[in-house]
Order: sequence, then structure tokens, then C-alpha cells
Amino acid sequence: MAGEHTLKRFDEELERLSATISEMGGLAESQLAQCLAALHERDTAAAEKVIADDARVDALDEAVQDQTVKLLALRQPVAVDLRVILSSIKIAAALERIADYAKNTAKRTIVLSQGTPPPAAVSGIERLGRLVRTALKDVLDAFTQGDVAKARDVWERDEEIDQVYTGLFRELLTYMMEDPRTITGCTHLLFMAKNIERAGDHVTNIAELVSFRATGHGFDEARPKGSAALYATGTAS
Amino acid sequence: MPDGSQVEYDKTVYHPVRGENGTALDIEKFSLWYSEKQALFENSLVVERGLVTALIGPSGCGKSTLLRSINRMNDLIDGLRIGGQMKIDGRDIYGPGIDVIALRKRMGMVFQKPNPFPMTIFENVIYPLRVDGVTDKTMLEETVERSLRGSALWDEAKDRLHESALGMSGGQQQRLCIARAIAGDPEVLLMDEPCSALDPIATSRIEELIDELAGHYTIVIVTHNMQQAARVSQNTAFMYLGRLIEYGATETMFTTPKAERTQAYITGRFG
Ligand SMILES: Nc1ncnc2c1ncn2[C@@H]1O[C@H](COP(=O)(O)OP(=O)(O)O)[C@@H](O)[C@H]1O
Ligand SMILES: [Mg+2]
Repeated sequence: MAGEHTLKRFDEELERLSATISEMGGLAESQLAQCLAALHERDTAAAEKVIADDARVDALDEAVQDQTVKLLALRQPVAVDLRVILSSIKIAAALERIADYAKNTAKRTIVLSQGTPPPAAVSGIERLGRLVRTALKDVLDAFTQGDVAKARDVWERDEEIDQVYTGLFRELLTYMMEDPRTITGCTHLLFMAKNIERAGDHVTNIAELVSFRATGHGFDEARPKGSAALYATGTAS
Repeated sequence: MPDGSQVEYDKTVYHPVRGENGTALDIEKFSLWYSEKQALFENSLVVERGLVTALIGPSGCGKSTLLRSINRMNDLIDGLRIGGQMKIDGRDIYGPGIDVIALRKRMGMVFQKPNPFPMTIFENVIYPLRVDGVTDKTMLEETVERSLRGSALWDEAKDRLHESALGMSGGQQQRLCIARAIAGDPEVLLMDEPCSALDPIATSRIEELIDELAGHYTIVIVTHNMQQAARVSQNTAFMYLGRLIEYGATETMFTTPKAERTQAYITGRFG
């Protein structure tokens, strides 16, 4: 950012806000990793822990909101300061949603552990999860470093995530048609896949916000969308 | 609107909102020296008719100097020299044969400290007409009412028009000075930190008044209060050390300023 404020306290408060977002980002990333690990290991206890820990993300989201309201009321921020504060609220909201999707995935893992989902489908979810996790990690790095080029790179990767999701969606439909006994399990996997893909969308939003806080605008062109074919079949949720 | 002769400005630091009524003032590479000391360096800006233009910048950067140059209030200063041009409605303010008295009539000026004359409220308002030798009673009375209504002072002043203006509060005195400034029906209102001696409530009333007057008048306001510039103006010029650093839409200046120095100043990062 553009040097220090004459008023040191203002700098400290802005730094504290960014630190809270970083902490929240680290936690959301870990929640996503843990829910995928729980799915892989079919570990109900680990899934329970993900569900319980979601409250910590919510608490940090509230902390961000408290801090931003105070900053807006007391500091009357403008220009880059205003953008930093506005984007912080939105980034926190996106991280909170990502953690919610992790929580929902963990809930389904518990249900799923009672049946036998097709292992190939599970590994498909894991692959999608890895992509989103890496994107989340990279966008958080871009946030910390204020690196717009890196954020743009993450933003562009959403297309790949969408493609993998679309492929997985088709694959799960195939399993269900082949063997109706897998329908319950595959439906859970479908929702999990959707959760993770949605988490990926929020990662993309964060990438745009990293750009906005630095430059005042996001990435202009319409985001490449790979799932048009999916919608054409009329099967998407 | 500006004619074709206008120079092309650098869009990265020059992005004002355009009004619907064209240009009121066209300031072109205007420089000013107080004897040996140069106070303004080739300032260029086009003031849109009917809009409020704010001049901001740290103390001593030349805001008042630029404002006072517009109605040639600096003329009497010894050793003053200028360079470049300033035009009102296309006519050179410093051109040969310009009638300075007539020029000043087209511009009302409001100063930092309310400066009513030690006379009645009535006489204060019609002072510019008295100077002009107007004696028609009806015309004077109409002017008083119109001007006091225009400066949102009528209701408070109508029953005490013949009392001394010095008995009014600071905020009322400043609105009286605005009434006096608009009594001569000028085109441009020049205001130099008009609220800096007022409390927050009186300040709000003046800001509200500026909002109402805009449209009827072209207003140029110097303010050291950046929130005030943000609240009342459509265009903002940021000056630093006698130079115009950035001139643009107030909205943009306070959200995504183009120049690093503007950003540093408005966010309070000036060391
Ligand atoms: N009458 C004057 N004679 C000599 N120098 C002056 C005079 N008026 C202003 N200055 C100088 O010109 C510079 C700009 O002053 P001014 O226009 O009053 O700045 P601002 O209104 O932005 O605070 C300052 O350095 C100031 O000292
Ligand atoms: Mg001044």
C-alpha cells in the first residue's frame, strides 16, 4: 500500500483487519483440507470436528464485520483505504461460505460412511477438492502479497474447476444409471461436488476482490464458463 | 463547451465531470509570482458551468492564490506577475481592455471569516447595488428578499432587516455574506474556506446552501476539509506546491485517484 498514515493507529487497525482475514483464510483452507481427508479416510470423527470448527470461522467473520464497521465510522476512509475495507467485508463473507461448504461436505461424509460409494467417484471428488484447495491457497497468498497477477491466474483457473465438475457430474449420473443401488450414495457425492465447485466460485470472487483493492476494478472480461453444456442438458441444479 | 482550440489534457490526471452547460472558466497554464517567489506553476483546469469545483491541497499550496486570481483580487499586490491565461465565457480575464469592476460583478466572493459590514442586515445585502448607484426602493427590497431566500436566511432575518448584522451568529453572518455575494446576480461564486470559522451545524447549513446554489451559479470552493470537498463538489482539483496534480470527478478522486500523491494526501499519508 501507499506508505504509512500520519495517524499510526489507522495503520495498526488496517493491519489488524488484514491479519484477521488471513487467519480466517488459513482456517477455511484447513477446513476444506480436513473435510476432504475425512471423506478419503471415511473418518466420522474427523468429519465431526470439521462441523464443530465451523463456529470458529463464523466468529472470525463477525470480528471482521466489527472491525470494518468501526473503521468506517471512525476513520471515514477514502480511496485505497476504503477499497481495502470494503473488500475485506466481502472476502470474509466468501471465506465464511467456503467454510460452510466444507461443513456441509463433512456432514454428508458422515452419512456416506454408512454405505459404499463408488471409489472412483470418491477419487473424482478428491481431485476436484485438490484443485479448489490449491486455488484457495494461492488466492490467499495473492491477498497477503497484494499480487494482482497471481490473483488473475487463480481467476483463470476457475474454468478448469468447472470442467472437472462437469465431468464428475456426468460420471456420477452414469454410475446411478448403471446401478440404482448407488443412487443414494451418488446423490450425496453429487451435492459434495456441487459444494466444492461453489467453494471454487468463491475463490474466484476473492481473486477479483484482491484486484479491486489494489486497482479499483476486478477482471473485466466475462469469466470463462465451462459448464454451458451441462445446463444445456437441463440436468444442473 | 470548450472549442477546438483547447489543449489535450492527460486523462490519467485530468478526468473532470462535464456539465450540461459548458465551460464557465478556462484556466490555461496559469502561473503567478509574488515578486521573486513563484506561487503557481502552469495550472490548467476547465471549470464547468453550474457545477461545484473544489480546490484542495495542503496549506500554502496556492489554493487561495488561484482563487483570488480568478476575480483579479491579487491585482493590488506589489511585484505580482502572472503567466498563462484565464478566461470567463471565452474572454481573457487578464486581457487588455477588460473592465475589472465589471468582471468582479460577475463573481461573488465569500471569505473564510464572515465579514459583514457594520451596518444593518438590509444594507449589507444591497451593498453591491448601492455601489452601483441603484436607488429604486422596490428593486432594493426585492433584491434583499431574493438574496436572503437564496442564502436560506430569509426566515431568520425578515423581522430584523434593519438591525445590525453584527448581532447575528457566525453561521448567520456567513449566510449573510453569501446573500451579499449573490445580490449582484453573479455567474460565479468564489468561496475561500467558507466554513472554517463555523461549528458543525452551521457548516452543514452552508454545505446544504452550496448544494442549492449550484446549478444557478458556478461555484469554486477552496476547502481544507476533504470530507467537505467530497460532500459538496462534483469536481475536485488537488494542488501541491503550486502545481495542479490531479483534476477530476470528485467521485473518482475519493475512490480511485489516479495520482499517487493525490491518494497519499486524501488518505492522510502525507509525511
Ligand atoms: N501576498 C503574498 N505575498 C507573498 N507571498 C504570498 C502572498 N500570499 C500568499 N503567498 C505565498 O504563496 C503561497 C501560496 O499561498 P496560498 O495561496 O495562500 O496557499 P493556500 O491557500 O493553499 O494555503 C504560499 O507559499 C504563501 O506564503
Ligand atoms: Mg488559503
